[in-house]
Amino acid sequence: MKYFYLVWSNLKRRKLRSLLTVLSILVAFMLFGYLSAIRQGFNQGISVAGANRLVVRHKVSLIQLLPESYQARMERIPGVNSAVHATWFGGIYQKPSNFFAQMPVQPERYLDMYPEYVLPAEQRAAWLATRSGAIAGKVLAERFGWKIGDRIPINATIWFKKDGGATWEFDLVGIYTGVEKNTDTSGFFFRYDFFEETRAQGSGLVGWYTVRISDPARAAETAAAIDEEFANSPAETKTEPEGAFIQGFANQIGNIGQIMMSIVAAVFFTILLVAGNTMAYSVRERTNELAVLKAIGFSDRKVLGLVLGESMLLTCLGGGLGLVLAWLLISLGDPTRGSLPVFFFPVREMIIGVGLVLGMGLIAGILPALRAQRLHIADALRR
Amino acid sequence: MTAGDKVLGDEVPGAEVLGDEVLVKISGLGKSFKRGAETIQVLDKLDLEIPRGDFLALMGPSGSGKSTLLNLIGGLDRPSEGSIEVGGERIDQLSGSRLAAWRARHIGLVFQFYNLMPVLTAQRNVELPLLLTRLSRAQRRQHAAVALDIVGLSQRSNHYPRQLSGGEQQRVGIARAIVADPTVLLCDEPTGDLDRKSGDEILDLLQALSREQGKTIVMVTHDHHAAERARRTLYLEKGQMSTEPAA
Repeated sequence: MKYFYLVWSNLKRRKLRSLLTVLSILVAFMLFGYLSAIRQGFNQGISVAGANRLVVRHKVSLIQLLPESYQARMERIPGVNSAVHATWFGGIYQKPSNFFAQMPVQPERYLDMYPEYVLPAEQRAAWLATRSGAIAGKVLAERFGWKIGDRIPINATIWFKKDGGATWEFDLVGIYTGVEKNTDTSGFFFRYDFFEETRAQGSGLVGWYTVRISDPARAAETAAAIDEEFANSPAETKTEPEGAFIQGFANQIGNIGQIMMSIVAAVFFTILLVAGNTMAYSVRERTNELAVLKAIGFSDRKVLGLVLGESMLLTCLGGGLGLVLAWLLISLGDPTRGSLPVFFFPVREMIIGVGLVLGMGLIAGILPALRAQRLHIADALRR
Repeated sequence: MTAGDKVLGDEVPGAEVLGDEVLVKISGLGKSFKRGAETIQVLDKLDLEIPRGDFLALMGPSGSGKSTLLNLIGGLDRPSEGSIEVGGERIDQLSGSRLAAWRARHIGLVFQFYNLMPVLTAQRNVELPLLLTRLSRAQRRQHAAVALDIVGLSQRSNHYPRQLSGGEQQRVGIARAIVADPTVLLCDEPTGDLDRKSGDEILDLLQALSREQGKTIVMVTHDHHAAERARRTLYLEKGQMSTEPAA
């Protein structure tokens, strides 16, 4: 710590240059933090996917439907405990930008399959008792200001009603929460039996199945058995772990996570050059001073440490403030006002952020520091 | 008294005033530099003894090797041949890190252009060598205050170098050089960048350090007036030491 004022004083030498460098690092890390939260929102389903759950979909594509009758056949396959289906409804609430997932499901079976969705007992009972009943996740309900008892009209884009109408009306009977912070509570579920009796087409067909297996270690074997069961049928299946399924679903609009991280990587690389340049100039313009430090007894290693310390301080200031600012902005809430199922700064990304701050400090400072370390005193003093 | 009067002729310059302990003993010292394909011999088989408490002025034309010799005595550079003993320790054989530690303990440096850290106050500049000691912050401040008091700048301890005159900056430089109580004070043209009045003040200070505190001082200078303040003067020319200037 006794060298801190020396390091700090050197950073203050060119205040504007240091400030601009700190600001550029700050922006990079703020971007990193904020995009991490958005990426988490896109990927959350993958991270919370159950290891004991498989998803069975049509072999050709997700939009091809499967017979409802598969449910019972799946449950007879050894290794399968239970199966539950869901179907993509794809309706519009008020306007297309109010996107959220709506799915008709079998209430009891679905809630049993997904114990991470927490619905109070009386609301569960109300759902079972109300054919037009629906439940919404906490995030979704907050997004639109819904409360239990509200009537939610949703315009169909795929599933029209038998009477030719496009507007489906649901009674909100429950608002579910998540067991964990990263549980998706942005969904909207309504009863399959109501859907089945009201829809104009596709009777007896469902979107996909979620299957709970008894032994996650034998997931591949069980998945193969399921696909084997429906091989050579008009609707062959493709069974995969839930995480892979969700990933595939998200990838329909591109690998968001990879795109974001590519942007962040490009920004980091640029900032690394900026910070490295700042340090290189800083060392070059005080070659003489560094030589004086060595002359009065500072060892090569101490001089190396001082320059590295300066680089670390520069990036820690910028990076640290950037991460804190990202955390504050994320705390203000989802920029899409609820389209993302979850929106928070994951601890893992925070730790990675701190690692990147330190790594950037080290990389930006190492070459100038080595140059300072190797400085020949007599030569440098003559300059 | 002229610079030449201060020493008696002897094979080993300095031996004549050695009544006391020899602090610096240089034997067969050579230093050469490569410049392209050419090798420049700056110092050639030089012998020199400097007794403890001596105030030695080194004179000679530009490029004669004065500063090189000073750098070698101070462990800032390594000889091409020969040996340098300071206080009985062969500094030419020390490793880089041990040499740095040795410099911190034994050498005080005063430069022509002061070489103060512009971002630090006078007090902080003087404290710099003490960062390498085990002294507490309070002790460092106290030692630096004493050193600044010795050079007469205790009132300006919170001033930055840019707020000080050249003479004052050099006083801070001297305070920095003496704050850790070094064995040898090496001054490379300490008055070279100062006007006569400021230069005299610095020389008064060095003389006082020599007489009153018994500091061993080696001073490189071009200035005969400055050299006259030393106890004795030696001349370097073409890599060789003599007690008389070349004709």
